[in-house]
Amino acid sequence: MDSKEYIASGILELYVAGALSEKENEEVHAMMQQYPEVLKEVLSIEAAVLGLTSATATKNTASVFESIKEKIESSINDAEETPIIPLKKERSGFRYVGWAAAVVFAVVLVFTAVLYNDLASEMEVVRSEQEALKKQIFKANSDLTAANELLEILRTKDIISVPLGGQQVSPDSYAKVYWDKKSDNIYLDLQGLPDPPAGKVYQVWSLTLDPLTPTSLGVIEDFTTDTDKVFDLQNTNESEAFGITLEPAGGSESPTLEQLYTLGVVNTTP
Amino acid sequence: MELEKLIEQFKNRDVKAFESLYEMYNDSIFGVIHTIVKNEDIATEILQDVFIKAWNKAEAYTEKKGRFFTWLLNIARNAAIDKIRSKSYKNAQQNQDIDFFVHSIESNDLLDEKVNAIGIKNYVNKLAEKCKKIIDFLYFKGYTQKETAEALEIPLGTVKTRNRNCISELRKALNV
Repeated sequence: MDSKEYIASGILELYVAGALSEKENEEVHAMMQQYPEVLKEVLSIEAAVLGLTSATATKNTASVFESIKEKIESSINDAEETPIIPLKKERSGFRYVGWAAAVVFAVVLVFTAVLYNDLASEMEVVRSEQEALKKQIFKANSDLTAANELLEILRTKDIISVPLGGQQVSPDSYAKVYWDKKSDNIYLDLQGLPDPPAGKVYQVWSLTLDPLTPTSLGVIEDFTTDTDKVFDLQNTNESEAFGITLEPAGGSESPTLEQLYTLGVVNTTP
Repeated sequence: MELEKLIEQFKNRDVKAFESLYEMYNDSIFGVIHTIVKNEDIATEILQDVFIKAWNKAEAYTEKKGRFFTWLLNIARNAAIDKIRSKSYKNAQQNQDIDFFVHSIESNDLLDEKVNAIGIKNYVNKLAEKCKKIIDFLYFKGYTQKETAEALEIPLGTVKTRNRNCISELRKALNV
């Protein structure tokens, strides 16, 4: 193929466009070396395409080079300033030391983490145990105080002690009333009474015997939950006896005598 | 030859030579990128990236591969096409008409300062629809000969001859 035909084929226009294969590009390049008129034609086509494409630039981008320059110069400087570390030397017998250290470090790290977790949960347990103990001590202290107070009261000279014996419904039952006439209080020790069945409560009565007149002193609502079974009630009556009956929850107007658990007469001559 | 010397210096990391090359080609490269991405800010960003990339892989260029301008053109079109395929671009942009380069030239106010402005504008005015398309595909979109033939549904050989006719009109208008 002579150069004229070659030029007329239109391959050079595609060459400038970059639309040819690598092999075709090399062919064209060889033709350009061989035929000056082919080279000249390529330059003319390139000039035309440059003219066309540059005409589409709607913005002057001449100043953009400044930032391009900055970037490439900073990368040149970086390359110069970064010291080159000789890798060979480090790859001596010691090269595994780093890895070994890393492995040991990792193992220690994992171990420490596990240990830490264990300790943390252990501490949590200890902390809640401590909390529970504190509560217990506090409770014991207040129980002790209450017991001391009770003992103090029972030892008072003027306290009247009334033992209540078991009656027909519950012969094994017993109770004790300690009556402090000065403060109009009675202390009931109900240790000897069974837990009342569900829906029932014990009701405490003050009695005058002639004629037999019961006066309610109150119901024991929290019998089951109370641990020392000691209760205190107000009593402003001139009681001659005390009785305890089992009543429906909330108590009754007058005692259900069939359910009289304990009864005791106040000893008028102490 | 002047250009060959510049390219040689550029390959040896001569910033001055690089600047001269930039002055020769930045308008064209920007125009091509802009024709693809259709946004001046994005195009400017890509222009920067393209020349930095060219600098970084300067050794890779050899004359055997093609013209230096064509080499730059390839980097630019690939970068621009990568951009329009990216998610961020797709969300922000809408596609416009195919012969965007014609519109760019016709509406380009900067052109009036240039020597060949009248020639180019006349050329684009008279440009046949089939020339607009083939020039857009080959020079602005970077289609291969085969891809252009398939896109226009014409024989492979017709791509060459038709394109040569379109470019020779351009050469007449520009006097090159």
